[in-house]
Amino acid sequence: MLLDENKSQSGSQGWQPKIIAFFCNWCTYTAADLAGVSRIKHAPNARVIRVMCSGRVDPQFILDSFAKGADGVLVGGCHPGDCHYQEGNYKCLRRFQLFKRVVESFGINKDRLRLEWISASEGDKVRLVINDMVAKVKALGPLSLPKKFSEWDKEMNIIEEKIAGKEEAVHA
Amino acid sequence: MPDKPKIAMYWCASCGGCEESVVDLAEDILFVLDNVDIIFWPVALDFKKSDVEKYKDVEIVASLINGAIRSTEQEEMVRLLRKKSKVIIAYGACAQLGGIPALANEFQKEEILRYVYEEAPSAVNPDKKRPQAQFKDDDRETELPELWDTVRTLEQVIDVDYYLPGCPPSSKLLKEAVLVLLSGILPSKGTVLAPDLALCEECPRKDTKPTDLSFTEFKRPNMHNIDPEKCILSQGFICIGPATRSGCGAMCIEGNMPCTGCYGPTSRVKDQGAKILSSITSNISGKTEKEIDAILEGIPDPVGTFYRYGMAGSLLRKKVDF
Repeated sequence: MLLDENKSQSGSQGWQPKIIAFFCNWCTYTAADLAGVSRIKHAPNARVIRVMCSGRVDPQFILDSFAKGADGVLVGGCHPGDCHYQEGNYKCLRRFQLFKRVVESFGINKDRLRLEWISASEGDKVRLVINDMVAKVKALGPLSLPKKFSEWDKEMNIIEEKIAGKEEAVHA
Repeated sequence: MPDKPKIAMYWCASCGGCEESVVDLAEDILFVLDNVDIIFWPVALDFKKSDVEKYKDVEIVASLINGAIRSTEQEEMVRLLRKKSKVIIAYGACAQLGGIPALANEFQKEEILRYVYEEAPSAVNPDKKRPQAQFKDDDRETELPELWDTVRTLEQVIDVDYYLPGCPPSSKLLKEAVLVLLSGILPSKGTVLAPDLALCEECPRKDTKPTDLSFTEFKRPNMHNIDPEKCILSQGFICIGPATRSGCGAMCIEGNMPCTGCYGPTSRVKDQGAKILSSITSNISGKTEKEIDAILEGIPDPVGTFYRYGMAGSLLRKKVDF
């Protein structure tokens, strides 16, 4: 599995997007479970992380996902008014409204970040949302931030190499 | 005068405020000078790079480096200081997290150079000349520092032992840091030499902060008067205090201005901008996208507001695509 993933990472051919999905325990995770037991087929690209509430999704989790190589992040919670903790999904929505502007300012396409309300009975919506998101992220191509970070850092050390080169020339 | 501990101080991409904070020690600077030898401090004393090169490796007890790193010259100097020093202290917000200069990470190098050398209202440059890294005149060849594409924190370039946060660090923190260095009992590597508590803890208006905040609008200090008694955040002004390390003595609050976050996050937070955004926006009063967006119009520049001092050190570091 891991080998296959690495292989698909190295070339753009056969590349598959990695989507990190934060699903709330009470609605969207249960819906994903329902999709599973109902044998609903959907794209396998979402790695689901169960959280107790969409309100628990710290924006840091999303940034960290991108920074560690996710191509997209999906947050799923209960419909407005249905939160198990009453207010959690509203808190999530409020953050999301500003956070998506920040993420876009950082140069990450808005289709890479998505918030969806999926109730426990909406197994088929899980399929629709994941399939749609995977198609959109596929069209955008890899984000591959870890690779970008190391490319940015190539501008460092140039001077040192130059100095080392000169010193060698002197000693030779 | 043999063997007073040797201290170096260097500046990179910074404004000079950090150097100023050393002078702010006032008469305490005499105590510092009695106990250490400042062997390198280009902003105040005439020393050259070759003076530093003469020292043996790790002969300098501590180098205090301020400013972000964004050019080949700065990289070269901090690498040299790293080699010669036992302890490297990232001094101030720019060295610790990127600071104001790191806001340049929202732009490409070409955009910045074009604006500065061609488009800025004050630029007179009909030939559109740009600084070059190499310059040849007769048979002399000169190499000049080159600007990087990315502004970096000090620890993204060299190994850093301690951090002194702030824009600039308060002289109280500097004095304490010097005392720690002189005592020889060093804290564990990576320590930020300031209290690990949020600014609200030392805020003089702490008692007026309500347990439940609910924002119906966001105000900006240049448009509205701030009540000098009440919690600034509760009045609807963005105050980064809840996500900022204390240690400054709440100077801005004392001056009736909200905290802008220069002391960086506490140890439990990785990304100060995301954290304060999360904290503030979750307390907006609206429940529909329309209501929420109307309130959020009061925050026209979220990146500049929440990542004012921390862009280079943040999880994404810079704008990833243009």
